[in-house]
Amino acid sequence: MTRDAPVVLADKLALRFGERSLWNDLSFELARGELLAVLGPNGTGKTSLLRILLGLLRPSSGHVEIAGGPPERSRSRIGYVPQQRIFDRDLALRGRDLVRLGLDGHRWGAGRLTADERARVDRALDEVGATPYADAPIGRLSGGEQQRLRIAQALVAEPVLLLADEPLLSLDLAYQSIITGLLDAHRRSAGTPVVFVTHDINPVHSMVDRVLYLAPGRWAIGTPDEVLTSETLTDLYGTPVDVLRVRGRVVVVGTPDDQHVHHVDHAH
Amino acid sequence: MFTQLLGQHFVHTALLAGAVVAITSGAIGTFVVTRGASFAVHAISELGFTGAAGALVVGLDPVIGMLGGSLAVGLVLGLLSLRGRERDSAIGAVLAFGLGVGVLFLSLYQGYATEATNLLFGSIVGVSDHQLGVLAAVGAIVLVGIGALYRPLLFSSVDPEVAAARGVPLRALSVAMFLLLALTTAEAIQVVGVLLVLTLVITPAAAAQRLTVRPGLAVVLSIAIALVATEGGILLSLEKSWPTSFFISAISFAVYLFARVYRRAG
Repeated sequence: MTRDAPVVLADKLALRFGERSLWNDLSFELARGELLAVLGPNGTGKTSLLRILLGLLRPSSGHVEIAGGPPERSRSRIGYVPQQRIFDRDLALRGRDLVRLGLDGHRWGAGRLTADERARVDRALDEVGATPYADAPIGRLSGGEQQRLRIAQALVAEPVLLLADEPLLSLDLAYQSIITGLLDAHRRSAGTPVVFVTHDINPVHSMVDRVLYLAPGRWAIGTPDEVLTSETLTDLYGTPVDVLRVRGRVVVVGTPDDQHVHHVDHAH
Repeated sequence: MFTQLLGQHFVHTALLAGAVVAITSGAIGTFVVTRGASFAVHAISELGFTGAAGALVVGLDPVIGMLGGSLAVGLVLGLLSLRGRERDSAIGAVLAFGLGVGVLFLSLYQGYATEATNLLFGSIVGVSDHQLGVLAAVGAIVLVGIGALYRPLLFSSVDPEVAAARGVPLRALSVAMFLLLALTTAEAIQVVGVLLVLTLVITPAAAAQRLTVRPGLAVVLSIAIALVATEGGILLSLEKSWPTSFFISAISFAVYLFARVYRRAG
């Protein structure tokens, strides 16, 4: 792979579930260091797109390449940050163990880490500032602390690509900016591109290079200023949609998903 | 009298059989508890009972029937890999019907009632050398299986979404775990009986989860607790002629209570 080859190449992807067609001819590339936000209402295939990039779901047509090969080949080099999931309070698992599983959890046997691998776990914990609570039971940590460990878990395998699926859900504002800041810092220092699925652009607005907006049956891609306009979204949804900029925040009004957007905005 | 009994061959066989069962139960229990699948253990053991009762009716070795019943349920549960409430009610429905069939089989069975009682409450002191050999072989299969699957099994138990993203085959692991659990359960039934399988598979693992935060150490502690409970239970039942199963469940529960009040250290 040359330096300038795209890390992600999505070519004419289509996704259909039975009769329902989610998207057609979806093509995009992602270069090193880029941050792509995937926006859109529920049920437009945002998570399915991530599953396609992970090679866990086959598109109905079209194809995907990660680092020049099929996604299955890169799977152990893709960092994945899921939605916050509450761990059982009594689970015998430390943050350190969670991060370690990101490195060797897919290998057979009980196995021990080499000194080099242990150092990598330590570095990943340190990079996200989780060292002070790395040995505490994970179920007793706050949601924000757990989510920091998730980032470390995704980074520890030195991924070629980071995928984050609504990683900010149910985090307070302070932690939202810590988590987005960590992803942003890493893609700048290591050049790892990030695909960030979110229903709310605002926490990541300042760092997003491009936005992929998935609407029912249609999509648009471009810079935030190109995509998040009344014209583009009106065209996508086929009904009048207004995009307002209020005190540096983007507010979308009039989508069929409107109550959802309102709800989310008011919650902050 | 106690020291006399300790010299007896059948006591040695019982202690060895107990050790095999305790080690396998304690090891698999950790993954069962982390997956929140305690109820599945109960279902597997009760359907193992149905299988054993069925085998008695047609004149087969009840251990064969027990293995058949528990493996069948383990396979189904593993394939379904249901989560949460759906799994809960599905297991409840299957379990109740299976037990009903087991009751029918017992009423059709014309042989010794002690066979049935042994299935329900266990009969560690009746273990023959041949049975001990079978127990040890099955136990070895379970331990090798857990050892080979350890990391992906732990990963998929505590963190299924990310495990799937990393290419860990969740469904295949779920089937493998439930089959290993079925083998373990069929073993444990012979020691503590259908109704008390949980005391070896769940209680020690649940206690261990509270005593340490290290996943590997939790497995070791769970095995140790199961061993203490089983061997202690067998020895106590030599001293006082109460049922072995009672002592085993009492010790295992006492450790669990201790673990609940113990403030755990690293």
